[in-house]
Amino acid sequence: MNQVLIDYTLHLADNSLILGQRNAEWCGHGPVLEQDIAITNISLDLIGQARNFYQYAAILIGNDATEDSLAYLRKEAEFKNCLLVEQPKGDWAQTILRQFFFSQYQYLLFQQMQNSKDEQLAAIAEKSLKEVTYHLRWSSEWVIRLGDGTDESHNRILKAIDELWQYTGELFEASSYELQVANNATGVDVSKLKEQWMTKVKEIFSEATLNMPGKTLMQTGGKEGKHTEHLASIFTELQYMQKTYPGCDW
Amino acid sequence: MTIKTIDKKTIYTYLEEINDPEVPALSIIDLGIVRNVRMNADELEVVITPTYTGCPAMDMIATTIKIQLATLGFKKIKITQVLSPAWTTEWMSEEGKRKLKEYGIAPPNHKQQVCDQKLFAAAEAVQCPHCNSYDTHRISEFGSTACKALYQCDDCKEPFDYFKCH
Repeated sequence: MNQVLIDYTLHLADNSLILGQRNAEWCGHGPVLEQDIAITNISLDLIGQARNFYQYAAILIGNDATEDSLAYLRKEAEFKNCLLVEQPKGDWAQTILRQFFFSQYQYLLFQQMQNSKDEQLAAIAEKSLKEVTYHLRWSSEWVIRLGDGTDESHNRILKAIDELWQYTGELFEASSYELQVANNATGVDVSKLKEQWMTKVKEIFSEATLNMPGKTLMQTGGKEGKHTEHLASIFTELQYMQKTYPGCDW
Repeated sequence: MTIKTIDKKTIYTYLEEINDPEVPALSIIDLGIVRNVRMNADELEVVITPTYTGCPAMDMIATTIKIQLATLGFKKIKITQVLSPAWTTEWMSEEGKRKLKEYGIAPPNHKQQVCDQKLFAAAEAVQCPHCNSYDTHRISEFGSTACKALYQCDDCKEPFDYFKCH
């Protein structure tokens, strides 16, 4: 059993699942109907990515593992998602900014992962990249719209930057399993994506009349299972059914 | 007719009767979801690919394929899902595009500017499936399902779904 590849695949799956779940909280609560539909469509794409990664992880793990057991029965400390994706949805500015940070990261990540020596990871990346391109364009436009909008929208996105910037460093700080898969060309060296990511963010921020934040102490630990208290609140909904009625089925 | 003598053509005819549950005007063949059909020893394998990653119709389509082909007498049917090469609207048949329009959904344009990343790019010119006018505008890039965008015609004023180029 290739534990490193399993950990890496679960990390990718957890990122997508948790952000998909967070975005889904907007269902029926979006600022206008069209954007409500947009954010939940993005949510659906992310949950689709998560399913592909979990299904693959389940094959690698073998035994009785399934995509459902991996999503619904693992404990907090076993989840390997970044802290960024588990943060509360906040207001629209916070949701938009987080989506933009994450989509820009995924866009660069999947571009590289298409060349993975692992065929299944490469295929998932190739497929997902088409959708992430939409997510990135949509969220970039919204960052510009809010930053270069009214005083109210500008102030809200400033507050969102204040809140979320501290979680962006973790995206590019490789965990032990990320380093190992990068070394054998199945995974991506995330530290090498940082410069491009910063350039892109700077480009959009400048169009949105926003300044890049200065040096910030970065919060990390999610990739190794050390989470903020917010992940637990997601589980109260996400894992409720399986924990209350173990083994329940449609 | 024994199972051994059933040819691919017959199998495809059966598959053509299966519609996408979310876009019932189209068969899974029209959509380009079926990528291959193989006979391995005593097992029939159907290779399918999802349109969008999160398409919730895929599980149902896989089940329907099994039920449909079981009526031909196949005992062992395996559905394999592949992701690469990634599905594109370029695989939709001309017949499929005609059926979509008849159903009231504007068929996908050929790949063009919408697939690139330019911000605030002008929306694609999409023909109204009802009155054929090109005087239409996009209401939302995301629609009732992952594969559609929402448009409105400025001539006949009807809102309509556009099966977006992907």
